[in-house]
Amino acid sequence: MQIKTMAEYFAEGETPEVLFWVGCAGSIDQRSQKITRAFAEILTRTGTRFAVLGKEEACTGDPARRAGNEFLFQMMAYNNIQVLNNYGVKKIVTACPHCFNTLKNEYPELGGHYEVMHHTTFLQGLINEGRIKMKEGGSFKGKKITYHDSCYLGRANGIYEAPRAVLEALDAELVEMKRCGSRGMCCGAGGAQMFKEEEKGTTRVNFERGREAVDTGAEIIASNCPFCMTMLTDGVKETGKEDSVKVLDLAELIARDMQE
Amino acid sequence: MFRNPLVAVLHFFVYAGFVIINLEILEIMIDGLAGTHRIFAPVLGPVYPVLIGCFEILAVLVAVSCAIFLIRRNILKLKRFISHDLDGWPRSDANYILITEIVLMLLFLTMNTADGVLQSRGAAHYTETGSFWVTGMFQPLFEGFSDSTLVGIERGAWWLHILGILAFLNYLPWSKHLHIILAFPNAYFARLEPNGKMENMPAIQQEVLYAMQPELAPTDASAAEVPKFGAKDVQDLTWKNLLDAFSCTECGRCSAACPATQTGKALSPRLIMMKTRDRAEAAGRGEADKTLLRDYITEEELRACTSCGACVQECPVSINPLDIIFQMRRHLVMEESSAPQEWTLMFSNIENNMAPWKSSPDERDAWIHA
Repeated sequence: MQIKTMAEYFAEGETPEVLFWVGCAGSIDQRSQKITRAFAEILTRTGTRFAVLGKEEACTGDPARRAGNEFLFQMMAYNNIQVLNNYGVKKIVTACPHCFNTLKNEYPELGGHYEVMHHTTFLQGLINEGRIKMKEGGSFKGKKITYHDSCYLGRANGIYEAPRAVLEALDAELVEMKRCGSRGMCCGAGGAQMFKEEEKGTTRVNFERGREAVDTGAEIIASNCPFCMTMLTDGVKETGKEDSVKVLDLAELIARDMQE
Repeated sequence: MFRNPLVAVLHFFVYAGFVIINLEILEIMIDGLAGTHRIFAPVLGPVYPVLIGCFEILAVLVAVSCAIFLIRRNILKLKRFISHDLDGWPRSDANYILITEIVLMLLFLTMNTADGVLQSRGAAHYTETGSFWVTGMFQPLFEGFSDSTLVGIERGAWWLHILGILAFLNYLPWSKHLHIILAFPNAYFARLEPNGKMENMPAIQQEVLYAMQPELAPTDASAAEVPKFGAKDVQDLTWKNLLDAFSCTECGRCSAACPATQTGKALSPRLIMMKTRDRAEAAGRGEADKTLLRDYITEEELRACTSCGACVQECPVSINPLDIIFQMRRHLVMEESSAPQEWTLMFSNIENNMAPWKSSPDERDAWIHA
């Protein structure tokens, strides 16, 4: 896959249509890298002119801020904003709802004003414009899929419909969990929980959510967030159903059955 | 508020009753002070019995709604109402309020029934108004009583009703029932930003800007006041946080939706609000040797929050427990350098590797070539 960086575009005196903000998980975590590649593949195949920051990208500071380390958050934010503004970035798409929320809602106050989209909304746009067409009778035909609303896309930013609209393109049977939409249940990773042991309780949040997802009888749990991906995969493993129930990101689902 | 439609409609009855029946309380007060009886009746003429009829219907709806609320709390034992969050006073408080409201409504209806019978007998002082809609149906129950007994019932109910209301108004500020007054200003002052947006800290923004451009920093360091970061006690919180705390009616929808509460963690957003209020009251009484952090809210509770925002989403009166949690986490990390070891490691990874995990920034684009 040929992926150009912002610096390369800049050197050629050109501007891409959109910056793909990969995020730390998408860059480093092995499982999340697959999501990143799937989304980059979709962008490439739809002829979207996009760039990444590559080595110039840094953590948005979201986990630091939510853990209480505002200093560190603002240091990260100012550095990132400097990089983005230097390149004159206008439009950003990201596959991480935490990056999405921070870039969209928290950077403007520090001088970073961009049109920020989560990849689910971006995919919905590509489908609506006819730039993504799905294969007839694809690999998900008739399969049961349940969708897990991530907190930072759903409740935090009110985006519930876009990801469901994307799933509808799959010709699969969508089933909802008992707790869904604005009543959705957290995966347990937000607020910097991803980076520490959970507090003592009767069970883990991701075990509870994993069981709920498996109880729908779905073969695929669709997620939109690298943190949810990790937590739900562990949650499913806890139920012993990891062979029959797969957790996949929306981008992976679309990339698999796109028409050439 | 209409997220939970059944309870919303019941609340609507109780609240509409509370507001509208006040017109009738006004008449009762004037009559009491002026020695008149149903002073509005001659003024309103045929409209008067219609108005009272509407009040009576509302009174019945209030009583029925409160009875259903009592049943939900004490017989159906809804999970959020039997929660240990409410052990002791908060549980009794809720029951006292509901029982008082039912009693007040029954007194009003009793008063009107006796009044109606006295009117039909042309008793002196009892202004003819025409029949009342609800109590008119119950008049046969009182027909057998003598005039003097009926006057006793009517006057007794009148006195108990007005004294009950006056007593209840004094009880209200000490009770969770204060939400009937504070819910509206609290909703008016609610934050309209996306739920996921965290409040900025301008004080830190300034520090960071100085760090990046030292030439801008004030040279006279002694003049600069050292700012406090985050919240350790109620004095560090905003007035809106405190208004939130006093608007909380302890319904527990926040905790019922909280992933930490649901998985048995120490955190319950409802308790965050109740403890903030308790601490504000204690601080107001001069309790100086304690703080909100640790004496009321533990680190364990604060650490368990996933910042999912369910508590904020669910609150029918726009309370934000998450904001208090964030401010206290800021105090812990920035004032006390208190964070779980894994978080300290995460901070240093972000600082040194530009990512919360241990990885070289040079490897960040490795996925492109994989």
